[in-house]
Amino acid sequence: MKKIFSVTLVLALFASCKSNNGDNTLPIYGSRRPVTKTVNGQTTTDTVYATIPPFKFVDQYNDTISDKNLAGKIYVADFFFTSCPSICPVMQRNMLNVYNAFKTDPDIKILSFTIDPKYDSVKVLKKYADKLGVSGNTWWFLQGKKDTTYKLAEKNFLVAVSRDTTAPGGYVHQGYFVLVDKEKRVRGAYDGTQPDQVNQLIADIKTLKAERAPAVGQ
Amino acid sequence: MKLKAVIGLGILLIIAVISCQDDKSIEFARYYSSGSLIYQTHCQNCHGAHGEGLNGLIPPLTDSIFIKENLHQLPCLVKNGLKGKLKVSHKDFEGQMPAVDLAPIEIAQALTYVTNSFGNKLGTVNVDRVNTDLTGCR
Repeated sequence: MKKIFSVTLVLALFASCKSNNGDNTLPIYGSRRPVTKTVNGQTTTDTVYATIPPFKFVDQYNDTISDKNLAGKIYVADFFFTSCPSICPVMQRNMLNVYNAFKTDPDIKILSFTIDPKYDSVKVLKKYADKLGVSGNTWWFLQGKKDTTYKLAEKNFLVAVSRDTTAPGGYVHQGYFVLVDKEKRVRGAYDGTQPDQVNQLIADIKTLKAERAPAVGQ
Repeated sequence: MKLKAVIGLGILLIIAVISCQDDKSIEFARYYSSGSLIYQTHCQNCHGAHGEGLNGLIPPLTDSIFIKENLHQLPCLVKNGLKGKLKVSHKDFEGQMPAVDLAPIEIAQALTYVTNSFGNKLGTVNVDRVNTDLTGCR
């Protein structure tokens, strides 16, 4: 057991280094485990990757958005709240660049989950989207149960969020933009406050789009 | 001979004017460069690197008429924040600007930067004027 763990760790470490050898594949993040199967008398070992579990939220149009709406799509997720005075404005300014780059592409979506669903009602989110200049169904501002959102953020998207009454606006959260592929695997995390990292994200989405499905394993 | 004297006098005059302005322009340069750092730390997140704001959410700082007309309100605005409706660049804004905890000299520096960037050109906002303006905060 211990051996498997350390092998997995080493694999994860290798994967976390972005390869720059020109083969243009993005790393696959999250935990993974080898699964050994016997098919027709032959033993094969496959790697099972961590995926984003099924979820169900409501968008700014009061429509239900679940993992089913994202089947076969590449998407970017971030966590924010509309009354956020700290890093959100710069994050959403940078996310607008991602939106403008892909708003006519039906296979790319952006998901902004609010971490303050009590204040950020569907109405508030719609107004926010309008004021930001976002329309159509490329960028969804999602509202759901607080516990569900926080669990999804921390366990699956690997972004830390928490209530903190001493922080400006009452919440602390990390400004990562998380890139998820068509098979629901996390393929990148970018600091949403840094324009050059967001440019990298835009480039990586194009790389991911060009990737053959199913993606070649490690 | 007379021409030379006139030219010489002219040059002297120009030097005198330049060196007089120098004190002022050094003061301006000091305020402006300190102000740009304060802007980066406290303002740029929302108002943007070019004072462009954020669409309908955060007002831009490029409306030079608004800046000029409200010049003496600006120190209070920075210090105490702002809540409610505001019309800037023919657009209606509402929401909240958080109060920024800055010393009067820092407010003066930040405002010197803002009021002389993004298409504004209003000269130095010095600390004495900021102190005076701050006493009139509502």
